[in-house]
Amino acid sequence: MRYLRISTGFLTVGLVFSGCARTPSSNTAAKGTKSISTLVEVSGGKQTAAAGSVLPQPVIVQGNDDQGNAVPGALVSIRGPRGTTFDPPSGPTDSSGQFSTNISLGGMAGRYQLTASTRNELGKPIELKVEEIALGYEEILGRELSEKYCARCHDQESTPERLSNYDNLAVKPHPLNEGDTLNSISDGDLTAIIEHGGPALNKSPLMPPYGYTLSKAEIHALISYIRMISDPPYRAPGTFYAKQ
Amino acid sequence: MKPSEHRPQWLWNKLLGDPVRAFGTLSLLLLISLAIAPAKDYFSQWRHYQNSYLKMIRSRGDAVTLRRHFQDGIQQIWNPELGVVDRCTTCHVGVREASLTDVGLPFRRHPLIPHNIDQFGCVMCHRGQGAATTVEEAHMSTLAWEEPMLPERYIESSCGQCHGAELTGTPQLNEGRHLMARYGCAHCHTVKLPEGGSLKAENDAPSLSHIADKTTREWMYAWLKDPQAYAVSATMPNFKLSDEEARDISAFLIANSTPVPGDTLTLPQQAASDPTAGASLYGQSFCATCHAAQNAAGNVVGGDVGPELTRIGNKAKPEWLAAWIKNPRVYDPPTEMPQYRFSDAQIAVLTGYLQAKSDSDFLANIHLDPATPEQITHGKLLLAEYGCASCHEISGIKKPENFAPELTRIGSKPTSQLIFAAGMQHTLPDYISGKLRQPRAFAARLKMPQYNFTTPQIDAITTTLLSLNERAQRLPAALTERSSPASNYQPAGKAGQLMNDLACFSCHRINRRGSDLAPDLSWEGSSVQRKWLEDFLGNPNTLRPALIRRMPKFNLTREEIATLSDYIMTVYQTPAFDRESMPNTGYPAVSVEQGRQLFYSKYACQSCHIVDAKTDKGYIGPTLTEVGSRLNAAWVYHWLKNPQALRPGTIEPNRNLTDEDARALTAFLMSQKGSRRQETTK
Repeated sequence: MRYLRISTGFLTVGLVFSGCARTPSSNTAAKGTKSISTLVEVSGGKQTAAAGSVLPQPVIVQGNDDQGNAVPGALVSIRGPRGTTFDPPSGPTDSSGQFSTNISLGGMAGRYQLTASTRNELGKPIELKVEEIALGYEEILGRELSEKYCARCHDQESTPERLSNYDNLAVKPHPLNEGDTLNSISDGDLTAIIEHGGPALNKSPLMPPYGYTLSKAEIHALISYIRMISDPPYRAPGTFYAKQ
Repeated sequence: MKPSEHRPQWLWNKLLGDPVRAFGTLSLLLLISLAIAPAKDYFSQWRHYQNSYLKMIRSRGDAVTLRRHFQDGIQQIWNPELGVVDRCTTCHVGVREASLTDVGLPFRRHPLIPHNIDQFGCVMCHRGQGAATTVEEAHMSTLAWEEPMLPERYIESSCGQCHGAELTGTPQLNEGRHLMARYGCAHCHTVKLPEGGSLKAENDAPSLSHIADKTTREWMYAWLKDPQAYAVSATMPNFKLSDEEARDISAFLIANSTPVPGDTLTLPQQAASDPTAGASLYGQSFCATCHAAQNAAGNVVGGDVGPELTRIGNKAKPEWLAAWIKNPRVYDPPTEMPQYRFSDAQIAVLTGYLQAKSDSDFLANIHLDPATPEQITHGKLLLAEYGCASCHEISGIKKPENFAPELTRIGSKPTSQLIFAAGMQHTLPDYISGKLRQPRAFAARLKMPQYNFTTPQIDAITTTLLSLNERAQRLPAALTERSSPASNYQPAGKAGQLMNDLACFSCHRINRRGSDLAPDLSWEGSSVQRKWLEDFLGNPNTLRPALIRRMPKFNLTREEIATLSDYIMTVYQTPAFDRESMPNTGYPAVSVEQGRQLFYSKYACQSCHIVDAKTDKGYIGPTLTEVGSRLNAAWVYHWLKNPQALRPGTIEPNRNLTDEDARALTAFLMSQKGSRRQETTK
């Protein structure tokens, strides 16, 4: 399987190159339209999916000219880290200037940076980075627990079935992907808040303690999930050695 | 003579011409042949990986620790009970090293899982050949070993080998099992479970023995041609029948149908005084809790317990529909539909409302001539050929045994035994998902019908099917965790009969039987006060502000309410405590005030609950404005002490309260008697 994946990886790269080679012809086909100056993301960025599985929504990018108008018929290709597969890996933008591809992430949990690229009339490459998140076992367990215990207060998006409790709270909870705040709280402090409630860190008592409801492993999984979906990304403090 | 003909002779003389030469040459040959094995070992793949690991760690800060943990040579995890002999850690040297999260494969640390790698090995989850020491043999399928490694997207299937019960961390596997039960795979495919018995479908498809009472042949023809054209969310797959096949099958089913006495009801057509009466009765009765319908935007909204009703007017005959609403158990005794106690006028209004839910174009182009005897005979043959009786009860046709291939060990089927469709990858997961996506792509006349699964659904079912394998069958029972089968609990007496009529088990679970749409009622008698229960059964109202689906009003009589309340209060009690052990009233004002302080300040319960409707806004837990007249004090106290002990899986956190705090909170909550009581009893 691994070799098959690698070979599809090469295939993708191959298509990228062949795409490059074909770009002038596709540009002549799109003559009369303006040249692409930027690629913008329409939808599909920052999705989460289990490692190795297909993202719930396709990634859609749009090519615009310098006036901001969509450019149809330009060849866009997309590539990513090892194990990522695209369906299709490259293709022309449609009549509204968009290119859509279904993506399945590689088997390793983590952030995947994908690069959509095209070339303008002069052959200058234009690139757009899109980030997706693959969840491993721990993060999936964390996601399930977060859906059950946390999302009703911490997620502002309400669904018809389960209205969000966010607006009802006097002290607003932090959305779980709010990296600006949560990244500066250490794992130990997060564990303390989940286990003993908000007052453990002089925060709101509206956050109840879950230390007698969730196991240590479950709280660990929750934190792994929070770290994984954090935006901006969470960078674990490295180990420091006297030698260095 | 040419010199070349002398050559062998010359070589022979040179090397083995005399005994001394022969001895020397043979010794040299022996020496070389003896060196082959050590050389092969020295240049082996795994040694190459171990050397590059050593090179990699040299530049790291924790090199000394990593070097100390490193063990040279072939490593092995051996667990005879599981049948595991894994040498994967020979190359995957860093799987246990906590710090190696920033390096690539094969040295990266294994992500955290609930199992210890040294006890379980690797192939239990990842498959492949554990004993191999080369990359190709370990990961891919070779001549001697067919099982390659499992693609990561199906990894949860390995959890399913041992865990029959639902796990929080395996949503995909859970979903796959749910889909298999819902779509009734086990109706045609036998799946024997390792613990004995075989997999069951969630419920049986409707009986077709009396179908002519319910619907017309034209509707049946349209349905057979494409069930999803009638209802987007229909469970029945598309058999891709030809016009003739659909014509003949519908002809047979109509001819074969026998009437059920009392399953039609003609009500006087009365113009409804209020055109919205039907819609509001549909709403008040909470039909949408179980039935879905497409709204103006084209979204299917509602529950999936009963069939979708978007075009029910095209399907159901009005007189059958009226009789069904009056008492569904006449036509289908085990149905999950409750018997509402509607008046005839209400039935007429509701029937009229549902009949209007139709699409005038749906049957417009279907014109069937009266069936000929040949068509009917042919229809019967087709029924047997497509195995319709595997799912549906059809009078005069026996349910076929082993209609489709058994799937007990599908997850370990060798690829050499599979016939692949053109252009697909030759792996088992690809075969299974291909079959689920487009079964008829494999051969023209295959019987498996076309389902409309999405890619995530196909992945989920494939995951579940891959968990049905040889290893799952062979594992010793002591090492597995099997699902506890649903019980066939049946409440006794008059109340039991009433509970069947009202189909309580379609939503509630009691003593491990029933659905989880609504709260488990196994201990309801300990929980609630009788007066509240009677009021609730008479006029149910939701306890949670954020829920839109609720308990329907069944229009029960006074006696029926008394029978049900008696039964629930007497039988459904927890052995953990006596509900009379604490008084429901008469708590001193001091304790009440102390409880109020704890409620609002220390424990901040108002983040989820509403006690004072003016100030509190919590949406998550039940509203507590009248909890003092709803629950028993003993239940409240024990609930506060440990909610999960009374209802496993409830999201109310256990606060580890002291007895004193729990008592004060109980006093405060029991003082919340609400105002509705006075109004209703006045």
